[in-house]
Amino acid sequence: MPKVKVDGVELEVPAGATVLQACELAGKEIPRFCYHERLSIAGNCRMCLVEVKPGPPKPQASCALPATEGQEIRTDSEMVKKAREGVMEFLLINHPLDCPICDQGGECDLQDQSVAYGRGASRYDESKRAVTEKYMGPLIKTTMTRCIHCTRCVRFSEEVAGVDEIGAFYRGETMQISTYLEKAAAHELSANVIDLCPVGALTSRPYAFEARPWELKKTLSIDVSDAIGSNIRLDSRGREVMRILPRVNDDVNEEWLSDRARYMVDGLTRRRLDKPWLRRDGKLVAATWAEAFDAVAKINPGSSVAVIAGDLVDCETMFAAKKLAGALGSTLLEGRQTGLAYDTSNIAAVNFNSTLAGIEDADAVLIVGSMIRDEAPLLNTRLRKAVKKGGRVFIVGPQWDPTYPATFIGDDVGVLGNLPEAVIEAFGNAERPAIIVGGAGLAKGGLEAGLAFAEQFNLVREGWNGFNVIHMAASRMGGLMLGYAQPGGLADLVAAKPKMVISLGADEVDFTKFAGSMIVHIGHHGDKAAHAADVILPAAAFSEKDGTYVNTEGRVQYAEKAVFAPGDAREDWTILRAMADALGVSVGFDSFEQLRAAMVAEVPALGVEGLADYGALPSALLGATAEGVIAGYPIKDRYLTNAIARSSPTLQRCSAELLHGESFAEAAE
Amino acid sequence: MSLQDKDRIFTNVYGFQPWNLKAAQARGDWDNTKALMERGQDAIIEEIKASGLRGRGGAGFPTGMKWSFMPKESKDGRPSFLVINADESEPGSCKDREIIRHDPHKLIEGALVAGYAMRARAAYIYIRGEYIREAETLFAAVQEAYDAGLIGKNACGSGYDFDVFVHRGAGAYICGEETAMIESLEGKKGQPRLKPPFPAGAGLYGCPTTVNNVESIAVAPTILRRGASWFSSFGRDNNKGTKLFQISGHVNRPCVVEEEMSIPFSELIEKHCGGIRGGRDNLLAVIPGGSSVPLVPAAEIWDAPMDFDGLKAVGSGLGTAAVIVMDKSTDIVRAIARLSYFYKHESCGQCTPCREGTGWMWRVMERLRTGDADVGEIDMLFNVTKQVEGHTICALGDAAAWPIQGLIKHFRPEIERRIAENVREAAE
Repeated sequence: MPKVKVDGVELEVPAGATVLQACELAGKEIPRFCYHERLSIAGNCRMCLVEVKPGPPKPQASCALPATEGQEIRTDSEMVKKAREGVMEFLLINHPLDCPICDQGGECDLQDQSVAYGRGASRYDESKRAVTEKYMGPLIKTTMTRCIHCTRCVRFSEEVAGVDEIGAFYRGETMQISTYLEKAAAHELSANVIDLCPVGALTSRPYAFEARPWELKKTLSIDVSDAIGSNIRLDSRGREVMRILPRVNDDVNEEWLSDRARYMVDGLTRRRLDKPWLRRDGKLVAATWAEAFDAVAKINPGSSVAVIAGDLVDCETMFAAKKLAGALGSTLLEGRQTGLAYDTSNIAAVNFNSTLAGIEDADAVLIVGSMIRDEAPLLNTRLRKAVKKGGRVFIVGPQWDPTYPATFIGDDVGVLGNLPEAVIEAFGNAERPAIIVGGAGLAKGGLEAGLAFAEQFNLVREGWNGFNVIHMAASRMGGLMLGYAQPGGLADLVAAKPKMVISLGADEVDFTKFAGSMIVHIGHHGDKAAHAADVILPAAAFSEKDGTYVNTEGRVQYAEKAVFAPGDAREDWTILRAMADALGVSVGFDSFEQLRAAMVAEVPALGVEGLADYGALPSALLGATAEGVIAGYPIKDRYLTNAIARSSPTLQRCSAELLHGESFAEAAE
Repeated sequence: MSLQDKDRIFTNVYGFQPWNLKAAQARGDWDNTKALMERGQDAIIEEIKASGLRGRGGAGFPTGMKWSFMPKESKDGRPSFLVINADESEPGSCKDREIIRHDPHKLIEGALVAGYAMRARAAYIYIRGEYIREAETLFAAVQEAYDAGLIGKNACGSGYDFDVFVHRGAGAYICGEETAMIESLEGKKGQPRLKPPFPAGAGLYGCPTTVNNVESIAVAPTILRRGASWFSSFGRDNNKGTKLFQISGHVNRPCVVEEEMSIPFSELIEKHCGGIRGGRDNLLAVIPGGSSVPLVPAAEIWDAPMDFDGLKAVGSGLGTAAVIVMDKSTDIVRAIARLSYFYKHESCGQCTPCREGTGWMWRVMERLRTGDADVGEIDMLFNVTKQVEGHTICALGDAAAWPIQGLIKHFRPEIERRIAENVREAAE
C-alpha cells in the first residue's frame, strides 16, 4: 500500500494502482480519452498528464505510470494546466467541430473536456484534415474526420471481443481507424465500440439523427434477449424507446451489451399487437376487449387449461398466469417451448452456479453443447478472460470459433463417459474446474452426464461450485422457480389435450401439436404464436411494464417500465386478472403490488435482489451416461432469436448482411 | 592532436579491403574471441563501463551501465535478447551503413561478445529496409560466421550458444526508436511502447532486452582487446573514445571519418573535409548531430568540441555525430521546413501532440518560408513546439520540435525579414 501525495493531500493507494487511479481516489478528476478501465493502457491521448516528483521535469501520463511510495503528484500546477490546454488544442485542430450535427453532442467526452480544460480558442489557421467515411456494417455509423485516434475501439475488438476486426491504417496525421478492407464489423458485441468512442466518430447507425440525449427519459431495465440479464438503460422520448444502452454491473454484463440486445429496440415499435384479435372462420379479425373476453369466456375450459410461457416474460406475468390456471384447477405449466425435458426437481442442478463473474477464475472449463457466442455473448467474454489467465477450455459439440484457444473433443455427448487423456489431466490438476452445459447438451441428456462429471472431478469444493447450465431464455430461471416445468416437458401438455392453451408470448412453440385446443395468445408482437392463436390479447413488451427477471445464474433483478404499451395493449397481469373475471374465478390480487406480494410470499427468493440460493447440487445418478451426437446448436440466427428481434429492421438487416452475406448498396450521400 | 591510424577501430570503413571473414580476420576481427569471453560476463561489462563508452545511437547513455541492467539469471525461464539497431534513418547519418557494408564482422563479433556479457540468447539485427545491398552483405557475413562456427551452437568454441538474426525493416523512421523496433520485430505496427516497463525488464516478446546502436556494439571487441584505458585515453572526461563522424553538406569533401571524441569542429572540417565550401566566412550554420538536434550558428560552432557535453553547451547535441554543414547559399528556413516535413511524414500517429503537432508545425514552417505569415506566428510556432516537446510517448516529438526551436532562436531576424518583405511585395 504505497503512500502518495496528491495536491498536498497524503493518501494510501492499493498496490499496483496507477497515478491516475491515485488521483481519482483523492477526488481529483483527471481528463482522459484513451484510458478505459476495462481495456489495456495505451497512453496515447496524453490528456491525463500530471506532474510527478520524483521524475523527469516534464509532465507524465498518469494512466500509465504506477503509483509508488513517496510520490508527490500535482494535478493543479501551471505545468499541468498548460499541458492539458496544449493537448486539448492539438486534439481540436483537426476535429471538425460539427457538434450541432453530431449525434455524440451532449454526451461527448471531447465536448465536455474542452469546456473544462481547453483554452476556449484555437490558434490553428491551416486547413483541417478530412477523412473519408468507412463502412463498418449496419450498426456502426462512422464519421472518421471526428476521430481522435484514442484506439479504444481497436483495443476493444482485440481484447474483449477477441477478433482483429478494427485497426489503424497509415501513420502520423494520416492514421485512420477502419475495418480491414471496410468489411462490416460482424462480431456479436461490435456495437460496444459506439459507447467506447469518446467522440462522434463511431455512432449508432440506426439511431442516427433520432434524438438528443437531454430529451430522453432514462429508465433502468433488464435485457431479455438472452439469459444473462444484462443491465440496461432504456432511453425513451414520449411513447417510444429510442435506444438501449448498457449499464455498469460488474457481476453481470460489466459494461458491455450484445448487439442483439442493443438493437432489438426498433422492433419494439413494429409488428405490434395493439388491439385484440379473434379468429373467425379461420381468419383473424380485429375486436374489442369486451368481445375478446367474451370469446375467452365462451371457451369455458373448466380445468382443461395449459399455460406456456415464452422466453421474454417476467416473473409477475408467469405468476399471474399460474394463479389463473390454479384457480381453474390446472397445474399444466411449461416454459421450455422447444420440448426440452431435463429434470428440474433441483434448481441448483440447472443453475449457473459459478456465477458469471466467478467463471473468470476457472482454470479448466468443459462446455457441453453450447455455442456460447450466440447463446450468451457476454459469457464468452468472461471465458476469454479465464483463458487469458491460463484456463483451458474443452468443448463437446460441432466446431465454432470461440475467439480463444479451445479443444473440441467431439460431437457426441457420450464422450463424457469416455474422456480423452488431456481432459482428465487438465481437470485432475485444476483448482477451479467447471462444466457448462448448454441447450444442445441438455437435449442429449447432458445434465445427468454433467452431474456425473461434476462428481468425478469434484467440481463442488470449498468456495467453488463449478457446475453450470447456461440457458437462453430470460424467463427460464424465473419460470423454473415458479414451477413452469413438467416432468415430460411440453409433451405432457400435448398429451393432456387441454381445451385452452394460454400462450404468454410463446412464439417458439409448434402449435400444430395443439390442433384441438383453443389458443389464447397474450403477447406483444405479431409473431409465430399470433398466427396460430384463436384469441389474441395484446400485451406489453419488457419495456412497457415493471417486472422481475432471474438470469441464468439465479440473479433476481427488477426492470422498470419506460413507456406505455401501444394502442389498446395492456400490461400482461391486468389481462390475466380480467380473464379471471371472464372465466368466473378469483386469482387473489387486484393490483400489481398485491400480485408481487403474493408472488414473493410463494417464492421468497423473488423478493430479494441478488443471487437466489438453490441449495446443494443433487448427487449424480449412478452410472449416468449420455449418448447422442449434437448435430447443431439451437440458435440458427443469432440476430433473430425472439419476437422483438425478428420485428427489428436493424437486426433483420444484420442477419441478412452479416450472416447470409447479402450486400446492401449504400445510398450516395 | 588527432587520431592516428594505429588507433582506429574501423580499419576498413572505406572498403579498400574486402568485407569477408578472411579479410576481417586479417584485420584482427574474431581473433581469439573465446579468450575475450573467458574473462567472464561481469568482467566484460566492467571493462566497457571503465572505457566510458556512451551509446552511439544519439542519446549517449553509458553502454556498460545499460548492459548491467540485464538480469544476471533468468528467474522465470525467460531468455534475454540483444537487439541491434541498424535502422539508421536519421537524415545526415550514414555511419552504420559503412560499418555494415565494409566491416560487418566487427558488428557480428561485437554482437557475440555483448550478447554473452548480458547473457542474451540471441541477437536481432534490425536493419533499415532501404539498405538493400548492406542487408545482403550482412546476411552473407552472418552466414560466414555460422559456417566458421563463430556463432551458433558453441560459438567460437566457448561453449556458449548464441544466434544472430538479421531482420529487415520496412522503411519507417520511427522503427529506430527502441520500443517501436521491438514492436516491429514482433510483427506489429511500429509504434513506441510506454515506458515503464523498460526493455531491460520486458522487451522483445516480453523478455529482457537491450537495444544498442550498431557502432556501440561494433567497438566493443576492440575495446576489450586494447583495454578500457586505451579507449578512454581519447576525448574529454565523460566523452571518451573514438567516434565515426559523418560530415555532409557544404564542405569540400564530405566524408565519414573516425576521429577522437571532443575534436574541435574546426579541426574536423579543415583536416578531413577540406574546409567549408567558400571558406570559413561562408559558413552559416551547422546541425551537428543529425536532423533532430537544433542547429548551431557559425560563430558558436567553430571552436566547439564535438562531443556530448560540448555541443550541449552550445544548445545542441552530438546525436549520431551526423554533421550537416550549411553555407550561406542555404535557404535556412526552407531547410528546417523540409526537416519538419520529414517529421510530419514519419510521425507514427500514436500520440496526440506529435500526430497533430508535426503537421501543424510543418504547415506554419512552409508559410514562414515564403513569408506568408504574421510576425506573431513565430512566437505561436515556438509555443506549439513547446507543447509537443516532452508531452509525447517517445522522443520523436522532441526531435520534431528542436530543429524549429533552434531556427527561431538563431534566425528569427531572417524569418521576420521574409514576412516584412512579403508584406511589402503584397502592398506594391
